[in-house]
Amino acid sequence: MKLPGLKRRTLALLAVLLPLLLLFIYVALRSGPLAPVAVTVVMVESKPVAPALAGIGTVQARFTYKIGPTFAGRLKHLDVHVGDAVKAGQVLGEIDPVDLDDRIVAQQAALKAAEAVLRQAEARQSFAQTQAGRWEQLRVARVASEELVAMKRQEHAVADAALAAARDDTVRLRAELAALRTQRGNLRLIAPVDGLVASRDADPGTTVVAGQAVVEVIDPASLWVDARFDQISAEGLAAGLPAQLVLRSRHSQPLAGRVLRIEPRADAITEETVAKIVFDAPPSPLPPLGELAEITVQLSPLPAAPTIPNAALRVVDGRRGVWKVVDGDLAFAPVSLGRSDLDGRVQVVEGLAAGERIVVYSEKALGAGSRIRVVERLPGVAP
Amino acid sequence: MISLAGRDILHAWGKFIFTGVGLGLLIGVTLTMAGVYRGMVDDGRVLLDNSGADLWVVQRDTLGPYAESSSIPDDLWRSIRTMPGVAQAANVTYLTMQVGRGEAEPGGARVDVRAMVVGIAAGGPGTPGWPPQLAAGRQITRGHYEAVADLASGLRLGEVVKIRRNHYTVVGLTRRMVSASGDPMIFIPLKDAQEAQFLKDNDAVLMQRRRSEANPAFNRPGVPGLLDAVIAAQTSNPSVNAVLVRIRPGYGVEEVAEPIRRWQRVTVYGRAQMEEILVGKLIATSAKQIAMFLVILAAVSAAIVAFIIYTLTMDKIREIAVLKLIGTRNRTIAAMILQQALVLGVIGFVVGKIAATFAAPLFPKYVLLVPIDSIIGFCVVLAICVLSSIVSIRLALAVDPAAAIGG
Repeated sequence: MKLPGLKRRTLALLAVLLPLLLLFIYVALRSGPLAPVAVTVVMVESKPVAPALAGIGTVQARFTYKIGPTFAGRLKHLDVHVGDAVKAGQVLGEIDPVDLDDRIVAQQAALKAAEAVLRQAEARQSFAQTQAGRWEQLRVARVASEELVAMKRQEHAVADAALAAARDDTVRLRAELAALRTQRGNLRLIAPVDGLVASRDADPGTTVVAGQAVVEVIDPASLWVDARFDQISAEGLAAGLPAQLVLRSRHSQPLAGRVLRIEPRADAITEETVAKIVFDAPPSPLPPLGELAEITVQLSPLPAAPTIPNAALRVVDGRRGVWKVVDGDLAFAPVSLGRSDLDGRVQVVEGLAAGERIVVYSEKALGAGSRIRVVERLPGVAP
Repeated sequence: MISLAGRDILHAWGKFIFTGVGLGLLIGVTLTMAGVYRGMVDDGRVLLDNSGADLWVVQRDTLGPYAESSSIPDDLWRSIRTMPGVAQAANVTYLTMQVGRGEAEPGGARVDVRAMVVGIAAGGPGTPGWPPQLAAGRQITRGHYEAVADLASGLRLGEVVKIRRNHYTVVGLTRRMVSASGDPMIFIPLKDAQEAQFLKDNDAVLMQRRRSEANPAFNRPGVPGLLDAVIAAQTSNPSVNAVLVRIRPGYGVEEVAEPIRRWQRVTVYGRAQMEEILVGKLIATSAKQIAMFLVILAAVSAAIVAFIIYTLTMDKIREIAVLKLIGTRNRTIAAMILQQALVLGVIGFVVGKIAATFAAPLFPKYVLLVPIDSIIGFCVVLAICVLSSIVSIRLALAVDPAAAIGG
């Protein structure tokens, strides 16, 4: 059958125009504000969650001994270097004594001179005592005058006093000598405990002020982590809880530890709670002090309750809640939340029951009147 | 009655359709251009929507935090939280920077992506500043080293990005969370962001330390510990860019903003003012640029439509002369040309709309096609068609019927 020319042309024209028109209608309805919003939906399940707290901290030594002189002086020698192990009582270095040794010699000489003076006083005193006794007998025999006897008694008393003074003087000089010796000893820098030299802040020849640390010794067995947890997410943090520590340099090997204590004083500026975490076993090799550590404190699991992913939470008119899907329509349900875990699961205390379907991901903000299209995953998201 | 225009279109339909399609592509470009402008405005709007705030508290006399830099102490939010009518107040930082993706490949350069890093205050989903909805993954749960990134950044779940010297794991993805200039957002915890905003790379930190050490005022032999204190002060950053405030229901914007302005000595913007800053100031020049281009495109389209219809009429000037010769009324001839012009316009618009819709997602920045633009576009196309057909109608009516017989 042969179609008339005109009719064929009409058909051809329609063949071009009709698909164009259909495409136009599709485009008008499927894009822009008229298009339904793609969402993913999940069922609220009753599950237990195991809340955990995450914080960061730095590795610190619990005991740090800053060793330095108590007087200003010049460092004479320093025998240890960073990384050296030291024993308790070991001499690490010495401050230059300047004239202290000479003063000790002078003091020793002065002591000797004082001892000579003491011996002299003793001789005088014993002679005076003998003389006084003899004159006393002569007075009894009435051969000596009263006045002479009184003179001898006075001489004896003076000799007694001179002896006491000489004795005290030697005590003073001996004490002064001891003081000088102690000072001399104090110039030695001595390790108070067994430990590890963590820093060497001055080299021989350097002048140091009183109280300035020359060497820092740490106790390697006492390493802990000075951890900080944001106050808003530190609920349930308590001493004794097990913790997992990940050092920045060894992020593939988590270490076990536990919370030693929570500091009674929080950081008011940064709004953080400060806690100390100790290692169960001292890490080997020793991590450097000041290394960053990530801490996860695991709390005990909570009983099962309706649980939702935190991505489902929305704020509508200042209220936090989720969009429920009821018969293909949306309804906003304000919820009050319980604890959550680090994988983003939140327990709902009120507002939702297990088995209800809620929107998790959505292409854009939803409203009560939004048309939705439930999809497996949102367009543009890689599987 | 037979339609003259219809018969004529059928007579040379291929040519007609192709002309329509050509015109359509031109209209498509014009619609896309309008979409580019709408997209720019929308980028600004979603930025405000996504922050979830009713008020923006910024440094005094600045247009921050989006249009200008603003810096306020990070404990100011506490005093703002106590002002009447404030339901929620949260710190936020914004920093546009290059973010490194993954590890540098051996021998290859590190791939990085330009993004706006947003520091969000701790407090869980729903706190102002947090992404209001996600496209995949979950919201941030740890206080450090987790990130939620926008799909436009090309990042995937589980990928590790490097911001300054820290590595962040992408745990969630968002959609259409962009800065006013269209850069994808990356949300990270506030404390990390404060650090990122202040800390340079390690080399810069070292150099800064060395400079402080060389400064005799900071490194005094008689005062041990002074240098450490100075360096610590230099490397901590106790400021944020803005405080986002959500108003308690029942309070007006100015009612809450005015006391904060007066007593906290800061600048406070409401939603309308912020939109004015973003749309009126930040993208004003680019918007004018696009508008200029739009006007030129519209003028070119009008000229081309007029030219096409003129050519189409000139092609059949003989036939028109014959029509006149057989006594057809002028009105019928004018209607034919007008109808053809309108049909051409409609085909052009339909093709243009389809082309624009399919081309829009291919653009690197967001292109938003709004129905009102399409409707206005449709009316303008028809108006241009009517106007440009007037020239051809005048020509057709002026033709001498004798031309049908003569040379």
